Amino acid sequence: MKLQDLRTPISVGLAIVLLVLPLVCNAYWLDVCVSIGLYALLALSLNVILGQAGIFHMGHAAFFAVGAYTTAVLNTLYHWPVLWTMPLAGVAAALFAMAVARPIIHLRGDYLLIVTIGIVEIVRIALLNDVAGLTGGSNGIFGIARPTLFGFRISKGVQFYYLVWCMVGVSLLLFRCLWQSRFGRALNYIKEDDIAAEGCGVNVTRYKLAAFVLGAFWAGMAGTVYAAKMTTIAPESFNFMESVIIFAVVILSGGSQLGVLISAFLFIGLPELLREFHDARMLIFGFAMMAMMVWRPQGLLPPLRRRYRVAENSSSQGVSPKDVWNDSAVSE
Amino acid sequence: MTLLCLNDVSKIFGGLIAINDLSFNVEEGSIVGLIGPNGAGKTTVFNCITGNYTPETGSIFFDSKPIAGLPPHRIVELGIARTFQTIRLFGRLPVLENVLAGRHCRMKAGILSCMLHTAPQRREEREAVARCMEELRFVGLADNYSEPAGGLSYGNQRLLEIARALASDPRLIILDEPAGGMNDQETAALVDTIRHIRNRGITVLLIEHDMRLVMKICEKLIVLEHGAMIAQGKPEDVRRNPDVIEAYLGADDAQW
Ligand SMILES: Nc1ncnc2c1ncn2[C@@H]1O[C@H](COP(=O)(O)OP(=O)(O)O)[C@@H](O)[C@H]1O
Ligand SMILES: [Mg+2]
Repeated sequence: MKLQDLRTPISVGLAIVLLVLPLVCNAYWLDVCVSIGLYALLALSLNVILGQAGIFHMGHAAFFAVGAYTTAVLNTLYHWPVLWTMPLAGVAAALFAMAVARPIIHLRGDYLLIVTIGIVEIVRIALLNDVAGLTGGSNGIFGIARPTLFGFRISKGVQFYYLVWCMVGVSLLLFRCLWQSRFGRALNYIKEDDIAAEGCGVNVTRYKLAAFVLGAFWAGMAGTVYAAKMTTIAPESFNFMESVIIFAVVILSGGSQLGVLISAFLFIGLPELLREFHDARMLIFGFAMMAMMVWRPQGLLPPLRRRYRVAENSSSQGVSPKDVWNDSAVSE
Repeated sequence: MTLLCLNDVSKIFGGLIAINDLSFNVEEGSIVGLIGPNGAGKTTVFNCITGNYTPETGSIFFDSKPIAGLPPHRIVELGIARTFQTIRLFGRLPVLENVLAGRHCRMKAGILSCMLHTAPQRREEREAVARCMEELRFVGLADNYSEPAGGLSYGNQRLLEIARALASDPRLIILDEPAGGMNDQETAALVDTIRHIRNRGITVLLIEHDMRLVMKICEKLIVLEHGAMIAQGKPEDVRRNPDVIEAYLGADDAQW
């Protein structure tokens, strides 16, 4: 039985497990699941850039950081309610992405990869150096308030759990719709052959930028949730390793959203499960990843084909298809 | 009416003059052939028209608007569609989605309507699919709509590129060696298809090595050699032109 055929049972199973998990989990594992949800959010948004458009972007932690710091600054200095800062955190990350991506968007593959790694480092070092006297240097920002939703204060692990996974659910729906549209197709054309895409009328630069900006917006919003959950953020939470993990989650996933979820569970959950092996755990994890890449080089679950409603009957009509356009004035 | 006009266009590649002060016109509603020996600069001319290259000198007008130096997607929006000499389909994507690529620039749904699948977005999508299926029927590939494009025969891949170009509602279609890789039967069908394209009111500019095909369908020929035009006019006049005969002497494809 192929993994692709098991999609529906896996999706349904995953949804049920996610719903009932807080009933059976202890606080520690719930915390791990919140983490997994955050990584899933980040990886789903990176999947638009990397999986759909094929842009090798390894700097997603930078946008995550911009979002988290936007929330932290607005909340601690200006006392904005945390959830109100979420759209602004998204916008800040999106604007930042627009500014940094514009000059580098035409770079290809490995070159772009290196520049995006540079972006994460620049952001981290800037935060360490207390940009504009707002980010608090290496200590970061303390005392971020708990979010309230309709007067309901979110502070317990289980509440964050549902907040994060609801956001994941909404993202899944929105990104799925995006995939099944001219926007999603345009990104796929660019991934397949950008010169052909441009030659057929797709504004390649604009769509690459749009993918970047959208992904950054989402990462920024994930930053808000992260800041609210941790109540303390520091530059080291947004280092290069974080970017690599998000990147690896997407690569391992194969490009489908279900793949991203499973991959996030494997990447974040597996090392936790292996804790009893102490020092050997990263070694075992590394071998597991290598085995994956050998066993499934295409990733866990590549995206399905899009579906189209095509009027089948009309293609099998008796008339010569060319009659549709035939102009009787010109005879052979 | 003159649809396309090249004025003293030159293109230089690191000292090699690929096109040298080339000027010609394409009248609306005609089928024009651009011919010449290998390496004469034909594909380079096409790439200048479609925005893939920016000419060093000269100007190109489409429907009286200057287009030299515009990015390719803008030129497609203005109404020039092309096919590639080396087939450039999205091989792993289904045939229908390849045609939808050509339709893309005539669709309007923005990122938000795409994420929310709004009613206008869904209507536009339905119309685009119907229109692209019509183009597939036009080239005879409707039954293959769900297959990956890379699995089609070369002949059919060329037809698919034509369908993709037509889906963008062009006023001018530019075909770079459309019969390349086709057998005699497919070539004969292609001649029909090209005539039908013109009958839809679309002007055709084509490069072709198969001289029988060119002589059969073109109303005007432009002959290039070493990047310069050596003759132009009706096919029967061009084939008697001594310069043209000399340029083609000894060449493999001098099968008039
Ligand atoms: N991108 C390029 N870079 C350098 N030289 C090129 C490029 N494209 C074409 N040429 C050169 O320009 C000349 C004309 O090529 P081309 O337009 O492909 O000829 P044709 O299509 O008539 O066979 C050839 O000498 C070719 O090597
Ligand atoms: Mg050529």
